[in-house]
Amino acid sequence: MRKLSTRRRHPLAGLVVLLTGLVIMGGLWATVAPEPATAETVTSRDVEAGRLLFEIGCASCHGTNAEGIGTQRGNVYGPTLIGVGAAAVDFQVGTGRMPLAQTAPQAPRKDVEYSPEEIRQLSAFVASLAPGPAIPGEEYTDFEKASISDIREGGEIFRTNCTACHNSVGAGGAMPGGKYAPDIRDVTAKHLAEAMIIGPQQMPVFSDEVITPEDKRNVIAYVKALNSEPEYGGIGGGGLGPVVDGMFTWIIGIGGLAGFAIWIGAHGARVKKR
Amino acid sequence: MTTTPEYVPIEQTPGGKKAAGPVGWLDERLGLAGLAKKNLRKVFPEHWSFMLGEIALWSFVILLITGTFLTFWYQPSMAEVEYAGPYVPLNGLEMSQAFQSTLKISFEIRGGLLIRQIHHWSAALFIAAMIVHMLRVFFTGAYRKPREINWLIGLGLLTLGLVEGFAGYSLPDDLLSGTGLRFVDGLIRSIPIVGSYLEFFIFGGEFPGDEIIPRLYMAHILLIPALLLGLIGAHMLLLVFHKHTQWPGPGRTEGNVVGYPMLPVYAAKAGGFFFIVFGFTALMGAFLQINPVWVYGPYNPSEVTAGSQPDWYMGFVEGAVRIMPAWESTFFNYTWSWNVFVPGALLMGLMFGALGAWPFVERWITGDDREHHLLERPRNAPVRTAFGVAGMTMYGVFWIAGGNDIIATQFGLDIYTITWFCRVGIFVLPVIAFIATKRICIGLQRSDANSILHGYETGVLERSPDGGYSERHAPLPAADQFTLTTHARLPVLEAPREFDENGVPAPHGRAARARAWARRFYYDGTLDKPTVTDVEHAAEHLADLDGHPAELGADFQGVSETGVPRVH
Amino acid sequence: MSDEIAKHEPIGDPGLAEHQYRPQDVDDAQARRTERQISAMFLIAAALFVAFCVIYVTVDANETFLGWSAQNFGFGFTLGTALLLIGVGIIQWAKKLMGDHEIVELRHPAKSSDEDRTEVLADINAGIEESGIGRRPMIRNSLLTALGALGLPTIFMLRDLGPLPFGQRVTVWKKGMRVVNDVSGRPLKPADLQVGQLVNAEPAVFFEEDEEGHRLYEGAELLAAKGKAAVIVVRMRPEAVRPSQGRENWGIDGILCYSKICTHVGCPISLWEQQTHHLLCPCHQSTFDLADNGKAIFGPALRSLPQLPLALDDEGYLIAVSDFPEIVGPSYPELARDQKKLDKSS
Repeated sequence: MRKLSTRRRHPLAGLVVLLTGLVIMGGLWATVAPEPATAETVTSRDVEAGRLLFEIGCASCHGTNAEGIGTQRGNVYGPTLIGVGAAAVDFQVGTGRMPLAQTAPQAPRKDVEYSPEEIRQLSAFVASLAPGPAIPGEEYTDFEKASISDIREGGEIFRTNCTACHNSVGAGGAMPGGKYAPDIRDVTAKHLAEAMIIGPQQMPVFSDEVITPEDKRNVIAYVKALNSEPEYGGIGGGGLGPVVDGMFTWIIGIGGLAGFAIWIGAHGARVKKR
Repeated sequence: MTTTPEYVPIEQTPGGKKAAGPVGWLDERLGLAGLAKKNLRKVFPEHWSFMLGEIALWSFVILLITGTFLTFWYQPSMAEVEYAGPYVPLNGLEMSQAFQSTLKISFEIRGGLLIRQIHHWSAALFIAAMIVHMLRVFFTGAYRKPREINWLIGLGLLTLGLVEGFAGYSLPDDLLSGTGLRFVDGLIRSIPIVGSYLEFFIFGGEFPGDEIIPRLYMAHILLIPALLLGLIGAHMLLLVFHKHTQWPGPGRTEGNVVGYPMLPVYAAKAGGFFFIVFGFTALMGAFLQINPVWVYGPYNPSEVTAGSQPDWYMGFVEGAVRIMPAWESTFFNYTWSWNVFVPGALLMGLMFGALGAWPFVERWITGDDREHHLLERPRNAPVRTAFGVAGMTMYGVFWIAGGNDIIATQFGLDIYTITWFCRVGIFVLPVIAFIATKRICIGLQRSDANSILHGYETGVLERSPDGGYSERHAPLPAADQFTLTTHARLPVLEAPREFDENGVPAPHGRAARARAWARRFYYDGTLDKPTVTDVEHAAEHLADLDGHPAELGADFQGVSETGVPRVH
Repeated sequence: MSDEIAKHEPIGDPGLAEHQYRPQDVDDAQARRTERQISAMFLIAAALFVAFCVIYVTVDANETFLGWSAQNFGFGFTLGTALLLIGVGIIQWAKKLMGDHEIVELRHPAKSSDEDRTEVLADINAGIEESGIGRRPMIRNSLLTALGALGLPTIFMLRDLGPLPFGQRVTVWKKGMRVVNDVSGRPLKPADLQVGQLVNAEPAVFFEEDEEGHRLYEGAELLAAKGKAAVIVVRMRPEAVRPSQGRENWGIDGILCYSKICTHVGCPISLWEQQTHHLLCPCHQSTFDLADNGKAIFGPALRSLPQLPLALDDEGYLIAVSDFPEIVGPSYPELARDQKKLDKSS
């Protein structure tokens, strides 16, 4: 004990105390904190919890009863969420797009603000308002079960419906007015399925009657298969195509070879005249 | 050569001892000694910018080698087959044999993917090198007499290279290049009056048909390479006949070439550079993926990928097509699609036409009929350089327009805004570039004149007794001064004679007046090099001022550009 | 240049600079060191070529390296480095060890001597004289006629490159043909489509088979027909649709069908913004407003996107009322004339 107290005025003493406190609190919390909810069934308590979260985080744009808020000029401040379903909430909040941090041509994907349990509760609340698309289950998301011919067919559907906006590898594409189809390469299967079902923002809807759940699963399987293939030829340039190849040609190719040419023509070391 | 060497029997020469048999055998049948005598020790001047054309030449050789390898497996057929190869995501898919054979080369032939990538990178470098070489030739005035024909041959090579590249990357029949073919289909349709007929003849029916890939294949491996080889041969022949141009410098005149002999130095440097270009391109093929057709899938007219662009060398046409306003008209009961025809066909025609006409236009403006073998520094022809930079600027804006969607997504911009920026930019930016470049050139000319007349700044400061600071100048070495003054004097600009002695008006008055106006414009603001009087006067002036420059000390070697005194 | 002009040059030619020697020229040890350096490069290159062959035999096609194909990288790295080393070695040899005294060679003017020119002209004249072509205009003219006529078979031989243009104003769409989802061939009911939906669709005939089970349209024929008949079906709120006169019943409850082929140069378009109702073509950014009869609102396309009039068959599936009333795809010279013919026949 004496040893400790003699070091009371050590320059690092404050830091040590702080770290000790943090470690103790962290350890306590880890032992005492509840497990995150993994159950998938939704209870009325979830709906109520979701409503409370909604009032705090969402109602200022979407209205206290999710009826939406319009502007005086007839534009939409926050759209109505009645009928959008659990899938929409799970997608928007689960990918961090909502809550919107600032107005922009399009809500960008960003850090997720809510925990998985909170997202589940929010979804339950919005789903309780009116029937809408549910969170997709295994028949949409279990892409590992897809056979080779499923993957091939998923690819045909992908290239017919999706590449026009999202590009051949899913790297994304430009839309008018500063909007864009985002990069979908590291999106979870669940979120991919949800996006196809709900048609977020400018993305069209691909209903289950036209693109069946199995079709959707095959599309996801193709995207995952495509992006798990190695970049056979080398550095891929982000999947952006000939524009990047052109950049490499000039900067690396001509730059490098001109560099060699300069070396070839250079005088080299000379000795002092004798 | 000062004395004609005596004839030594070939068996007694150093090389001849080993090669007497074969060389003698060849000479007795081909009589090449006369030709070899002139060319074996031909002198080539040394400068790195003279090797840019070589990049193109060696890239062409690499294309021939790698291309031949690819023909062993590539099948130029649009017949449909079902894919059964190792690339899983396309397994079982219907595709053309062309696409399937490309996948086979990429995944089943060992080294196939590498050769495909080397071939494609080489093609990109071939055209890039031609453009860089062309710019070098333009900005140094190397296209002037007697090299105008070589300039035209070079333009022919560039045009053929563009077509060859387009044909080549369309051969795999993948979604991206097929979309490009669709664009070409629309372009052919837009040709006035005969568009539909040309379309059906070229594609052998409705688009896409099953003839276009085999026809492009023929053009790609037979017709265009033959033309390219012929033109390259002519290009090299003229280069050897005219001898290479050289930069001005001590000992270099319009009447000589100073450099190193073909054998052994330039044979080694050119041969070594071939290996360097090949090796570097192979390394690009190892590290950088290009045209991964398996990701695009086979061509299907109802499919497309976002960010569809042609290869970079067609990017300027793509950009022009994107920013062109929607102009189409109907008269004489025909539809005239200006929105496609003007940027697609007319633009390229205008660009190559302007480039081809330039040496002759410049000759008409300057009236300069002398042979030129010394290169001109860009600053000494400000208006030519300014036109060149303006042209590059316009090309660059078209290029940016061609990638407007990639720029939009990568930098968070609106594609419509980029389109409008480019629509205005192609007119405004070249004018700004012209003015800026001309002023910069004239400024550089002033700086050169200053160096000759006032010497260079030594970095040695002195303080006079009354407190004023001045920097000592030292004269440039004689070699540098000479280099800066070898360019031709500006011609005396005369107004054309309106009337002769008898009062008869000049018959070609208007053309002569136009020419005079053009000459004034061409030489406007350009500084002439100092005269003998100027230099003598300046030398006197240099000697007048205190401490100039003699007291710098006998071992003063000058200072480097960063002001560090040179000590050897 | 002449002496006269040389007198007026401000600075005289100081002549070639004195030759400067390289370390290898004066120091034998340095030269040998450079020799060894160059030889080492060549030997490493040879070893790398052997390594290439080893990789060829031992590395499998499905092995990866740093996420790339191990084969491709292995081959490319060994081959590329080896070639580069050979090149660098040869250049080093040329730069450091080969003789580098500058040589002066005189140029000759490009033109030949006056005597040669005169002789050539005389030869040409003699040749023309002796041929007698000047004195025998009948031979000359008839020869020119024959050679000119040679152009005719040349041009005629190109005739069979392709058929004369046909079918430009029609597609495979017919009255009563079902609109089906592309790839799956599933027919569409209005209840299947939600507001904001986009369906990439084709005519049902592409999925129909004959008695032997072969598809009616295959291969090149299928692709050619797809290039004109591909369509998109979109659903928007009915009140958002502003049909022009005569098109009020072309859609069903906000469900509209448009050609998928851009009227600019023919790329397929399906970048549909469900809220703005704008359709963007990825190739050159032509934009069409599908709520306003497919009118082109930005970009190089002028003609509006052709609309396919829809109806329901007795089972409730979407069908086409007729072929496209407007010509599909990029413009061509006879477009105006063909459109008039199409208008008259409908």
